[in-house]
Formats: sequence, structure tokens, C-alpha cells
Amino acid sequence: MKRLWALVVALLAAVAACSAPVDTPAEDGTFVIGLSSEFDTLNPVLGHAPDGGSPLFDGLVSRAADLSLRPALAREIPEVTGTTVTFRLREGVTFHDGTPLTSEDVAFTYNAVLDPDNNSTIRGDYAAIEKVEAPDPQTVVFHLKHPYAPILQRATLGIVPKRLLEGQKLDAAAFNTSPVGTGPYRFVSWTPGDKIVLEANESYWGGAPEIKRLVLAFVPDDNARATRMAAGELDATVLPPKAAARFENQGGVTVHRVPSADYRGVMFPMKQPVTGDAAIRKALNLAIDRSAMVNTILAGAGDPAFGPIAPGTTWHNPAVTGSATPDREAAVRILEEAGWTPGPDGIRVKDGTPARFTLMYPAGDSLRKELALAVASDAKRIGIDVRPAGLDWDAIEPRMAKDALIMGYGSPYDPDFVNYELFHSSYAGQGFFNPGHFDDPRVDELLEQGRATADEKERKRIYDEFQQRIHDQAPWAYLVYLKHVYVIRGEWTGIEPAVEAHEHATGGLFRNIHQWKRAA
Amino acid sequence: MSLAGALARLVAWRLAFVVPLLLVVTAAMFALAKASPFDPVRQYLGERALVTSPEIREQIRANWGLDRPLAEQYLTWLGNLLTGDLGESRSFHRPVAEVIGERLGWTMLVTGAAIVLMLAAGLVLGTLAAYRQGSWADRLLTGIAYASEAAPVFWIGLIAIWIFSVTLGWLPAGGLTDAGSATVTVGEVARHMILPVAVLAFSQSSWLVLFVRESVIGALREDFVIGARARGLRERTVLAGHALRSALLPFLTLLGARIPELVTGAILVESVFSWPGWPVRRCGPRSRSTSRCSPRSPCSPRSLSCSATSSPTPPT
Repeated sequence: MKRLWALVVALLAAVAACSAPVDTPAEDGTFVIGLSSEFDTLNPVLGHAPDGGSPLFDGLVSRAADLSLRPALAREIPEVTGTTVTFRLREGVTFHDGTPLTSEDVAFTYNAVLDPDNNSTIRGDYAAIEKVEAPDPQTVVFHLKHPYAPILQRATLGIVPKRLLEGQKLDAAAFNTSPVGTGPYRFVSWTPGDKIVLEANESYWGGAPEIKRLVLAFVPDDNARATRMAAGELDATVLPPKAAARFENQGGVTVHRVPSADYRGVMFPMKQPVTGDAAIRKALNLAIDRSAMVNTILAGAGDPAFGPIAPGTTWHNPAVTGSATPDREAAVRILEEAGWTPGPDGIRVKDGTPARFTLMYPAGDSLRKELALAVASDAKRIGIDVRPAGLDWDAIEPRMAKDALIMGYGSPYDPDFVNYELFHSSYAGQGFFNPGHFDDPRVDELLEQGRATADEKERKRIYDEFQQRIHDQAPWAYLVYLKHVYVIRGEWTGIEPAVEAHEHATGGLFRNIHQWKRAA
Repeated sequence: MSLAGALARLVAWRLAFVVPLLLVVTAAMFALAKASPFDPVRQYLGERALVTSPEIREQIRANWGLDRPLAEQYLTWLGNLLTGDLGESRSFHRPVAEVIGERLGWTMLVTGAAIVLMLAAGLVLGTLAAYRQGSWADRLLTGIAYASEAAPVFWIGLIAIWIFSVTLGWLPAGGLTDAGSATVTVGEVARHMILPVAVLAFSQSSWLVLFVRESVIGALREDFVIGARARGLRERTVLAGHALRSALLPFLTLLGARIPELVTGAILVESVFSWPGWPVRRCGPRSRSTSRCSPRSPCSPRSLSCSATSSPTPPT
């Protein structure tokens, strides 16, 4: 029997000995990014990286770090007046398979997105486009249904080659998993569930990238991503703030906290007796402790929010601001003046109606849950009884006109994006658009003008007033803007943080990875 | 009647029974999927569901035929199935057969290897512990088995990564192959398999060790073991040939019942080690959560059920 025990021990030792040591640093020129979720598709028509940020594809235009547009596949930024926009294409650009890019490819890409049969998830974003035409190989003409100032912001969509997709069923096309674009990286392989391997496009029109091989590894678990980063298997990754803390002040890696336009806030139903009262909404806005939310719930990776347009973007109105710490006295004063007086149980009452409402949040989202609980405890201190309820989206949707909800939106690119649908009265109660039935004729007017006005200064004035009106009427209590946290190994030049959108897989900080250079 | 004849009849009877059974099961699954609040269009749109107008949602629903009567949808699906067409995965934008095919193999590889390892280790260690009942080795083994039965498998996985990948640097922490390589080679896969297989086998074998130990202890007290010893048989023959053999019978039944748990465990292990097995993805697609989907959220096991509309993962 002793011999058998010895055998077990010997076997275990053998297993340990066979396992060759892992060489941690990746071979020269390879850069591995750990992403939290796999791509649904690599086909821009079906919704891959419509805001730029795909290493495989280029749009007609791209964005600089200050979010201003610069020409990409277009030769220059065209002027937008009326309902036609004409792009001239850059000469001599070829797809990765060597075929030249023509205006036919551009027209095909946009028309395919607009074709209802293709079930594109991003079709709604391009609703202002009537059709796109290619009068000659270097010219593309966008025909709009109505004057639409932000159209250029929609020209970041990656262009696909018509030759490889025409006449195919897009949902099952081979192109979706072995794409061909014009971007700085070409496709090598995709091991589903594991990773995508790309290699540098040496003949890229914008110059060959220094990182020759780019691996996008899919590691959905936050802890696993942090551990693999620590083990040296990943060169860069995105982490939740708390998981990134251990990389702080560690040699060889840098933690980047990049601001985003992605906000979380409380959407109030405007046609309800309690949340429909502006005094309740304003008092809550004053009583919320946003600095505590940023420091504890977000572990510092966020900013207090006071409006739907992110600070740091051109369109933000600096007058729309507030105090990150609560002002309970002012909140109580507003409530008292409006006739909400404390009842026997400490909850305020007005004309027999207790100051009580339900605040829903999607049950699976721990961040929103913590925010909902924080709002409820802040509200309690001024005598408002907020009852958090974690529900499934399918249960939330039919209740949105009745109960408040923690929601998140926000785009850094144009003030028209999302805000038109969220605040225009014509969208009231349409699915997730304007779920609280907010209705203000002046806001409707401003939103319509903003979308049709081409002049930048005039637009700025319009959206400043829009933000002020939203701030005054408080149909939302904006809570926080999130920051995205990246951990990057090594010293690089060319990393340019910009205010990010919610989606930041290979957009975000990695959007210009082809321009990164190893610091000498 | 001959034994072969009886067997053939049994097989034929079972096969004839399979057809109506499958029909009932698939129809019930179809009806359940329809009755659940799960909306495949919203799942397809993912986070974009919040910025997509109701008209576009309805258009997609109509394009997919989801507005047709339930019976018609079921018959269409059944007809396609009979011709070998499983439809297209809406989440992956690829044929379902392809998605299942390329991942099933990896899951089978890990679970298969884990079953073999778990059986071998469980039988050897359980028998040894029973034989040396009360010794320090037995106490250590039972202690570890109880502890691992109580520890969640993803936690064991993370601890294993911490010890063997981060601290010792012996084994890769995850993935199918090294992050830098574009091809799948046997050697690399084998090296990347060690941790997930070991963790899965370790976490699932504790009940096995405890069970084998109990039954062998029981068998060792039986008359036939005493008889075998009295006949002067070698101790190893008594243990392996008499005690263990009789202790194994109920164990086979138990093993069958534990297979589903092994598969659930495999899903969690695959998630921790980024192993490209069963598509476990996107829990709260519309929630804009900051990638807080992890094995702890109760979403993962549900990904196993493929809904009738070919959406591999219903949201939680």
C-alpha cells in the first residue's frame, strides 16, 4: 500500500515537472488586448463599430482626440447645407485583398444598412438618409430626408467591399467572420470564444502601424482579465475600477482613467402625482450625494453628472452644473414651499398624498442597483420615500410611464444623438424613448432647430438653452458620468484619451493603436 | 428467445419511442420559449435596444416570422430541422450548426478529460482513504474533499490561476492557445488544458472520493471480505477485487445523475479560463453594465438552453 501512495506522489510531481515554464512576454511586435466581450459580428453593416474604432475598417471620416472630424476615406470634410452632402474619395486606397475602393462600395455599405431586410441593428441611426448614390468612382452623394446637421458624425461607419457582399444573405455571410476592409490591420483568424488575430496592413494609406500583430483576446470574467494581465499574458485590458486598483503604482504598467459621455440617472415619470411635481424632482436633485457615489460606488472612476451632455465635449453648457455634495437645507426649503409637510412617519405629505415612489433598476446590473439604493437613502433624509425595485427589463418596459427608473445613455459626438428621442414629445412613450412622457413645447422647438441648423455657433446657442431648460425642469436626476479604466503595459507614445462613448471595445483608447509607438 | 433477440427488440422499441418523445419535448420547449417574457429581437439588438425605435423592432420581428402563429413557427422550424437546417444564430450572425459544431468539441474535450481524471483520482484516493481509515492521510483527504465540495468552482479556478500562473508561472491562465499564436497546435492546447481540467476534476471529484470511501469502508466490514482475507488472499486483491468492486455498483448510477452538474461546472470553469466552449456570453445585454457579467451572476447556466428562435443566450 505504501508503494501506491508513493506512486500517487510521483505522478503529481511528474505533472508539475512536465509543465514547461510559460514565457510571459509576448514575442516581439505582438500586442494582446484583453476584451470583456466577444464581437457579435465584424461586419459594419450589421453594427460593428459604427462610430469608428474598428482596426479593420475605415469610415469616410474619423475623429481626433478632441472629437473633431478629420478626413479618412474622404479626401476632405464636405460642407453640409440642405439635404445633399457630397464626399470626394481619397485616391489609391485599396481593400486588404488588393481591390481598389470606389464610391460604389460606400454607397453599397450605407444602402445595405438602410435596407430593412438586412435587420441591421444600427439602421435607426441613419434614419435621416434617403439614399446614397455613386455618380462616379470618386464621388459619393448622400441624399437626406430633411436637413440634418449631425450627418457627418454618422460618416464614421466602416466601408465594406460591395464585391464580397452583394446579393448575399447578410445574416449568414462568410464575410461576417472573415472580413475584408481598408483599415490599418488585416484579418488573420478568429477562434470563436477565444480570440481574433490581426496583422498590420503594411500598405495602409495612413502609414504602416508599428505594432505588427494585434491579438484581441476575449476574457469575459473581470477577475480572470485582471489575473491574466498580472500574469503578463495580456498587454492591455479594460477593467472595472476596483479590479484595476492593484495595478496602481506598479512598475511597467500604466492605469488610464478616461472620461466618458456615458451617464447614469433617474428618469422620472412626468404624469404621476409625486414625480410629476417639479418640487419633488428639484429637491431630490439637491439632496443626492453625487460625490459619495463617485468615491464609493465607482471607486473614484467617475464624475458627478448634472445634465445629458458630458463635460469635456464641445457642446456642454458650463452653466449647467451643481454641487457634488448634497444641500439638504435647500431641498427641504423647496419641499416646504411647495406644501410637502412631514407626516407622522417622517414621510412628507401633500393633500393626503405621501411623497413615495418606486425606483426601478435592472436586477442584473450591480452598478445601477447600488445607485438606486444610494438615491433611496439620500431621499429618506429629506422625507421622500423611494422604494428601489430590481426587475427584469421585460418587466420594466411596461411600467416606465408609472415608475421611476435608473437609466443610462449619452453620446459624446453630437447633442442631437439620443437627446432628440429622449426629450421630444413626439417620442413620448415610444419604447425606451421618452419613457417618462416629458413634454415641453420649447424643448421640442429647440431640438428641431438644432438638428436642422448647420451653423456651429447657432447650434451651440440652441443646445445651451436646451440643457438649461432640462436642468430647470429636472425630468431626470443625473447622477454620474462613468470613467473607463484601462491598464496598459509598457511605455507608448501616441495614446490619446478622448471623451468616450459607452461602447469602447476597440474604440476608446485603442481606436488609434496603429499610431502608437514604443517609447525609446 | 435468445439474448440477442431480446436486446434487438429492446433497442427497436426504444428507437420507436424516441420520435414522439422528441416531438413532445421540442414542442414543449417551443411553447415555453414563447410563453417566457424573453424577447429575441431585444436580445438581438443588445444594448442598441434602448436606442432603437419600436417600428424597427417590429420590422425585424416580421422579417424573422416571429409575428406568425406559434404552430406555423414550430412547423417551419421542424421542417428545416428535418432537412438539416438549424437556422442562423441571431447573436453570432452565423449558421447555428457551425456555432455548435466548433464549440462543442472544446467543451467535450475538457469535460471528457475531467471525467477520466476525476474517476481515476476519485477511485484511487477514495479507496486509499477507506483502507487507511482514521490515518492522517484519510483525515487530510476527507477534509479537503469537504472543503472543495463547499467551495464554488470559479473560486477554485481563480485560486489555481493565482498559484500556478501568476505566482509560479508554470501554466497559462486561460485561452485555448497562447495569446500570440494564430494556429491551434496540440501541444499548446494540451498545456492550456491542464488547469481547467484539473480544476473541474478537483471540484467535481470531492463527492466521488467521499462516496467511494464510505462504500469501501462498508464493504470492508462485509462477510465476503473477511472470508477473502481468511482465505489468505493478498491485501491488494481483497481491496481492489472484492471490496471496491462491490462498492462500485451504486456508484455508476450516481455518476449518471451527476453528469449535469459536471456540465454546469464546465460552463463556470470555461468562463474563468476563457475556454471557447459553450457560448456563455452577454448576461445583461441591454443593461449597459460595465462588464460586470461574471460566473457569480446567475446568468451562465441559462445559456445552455437554446431557445426556439435560435438565440443561443436568453438574457437574464
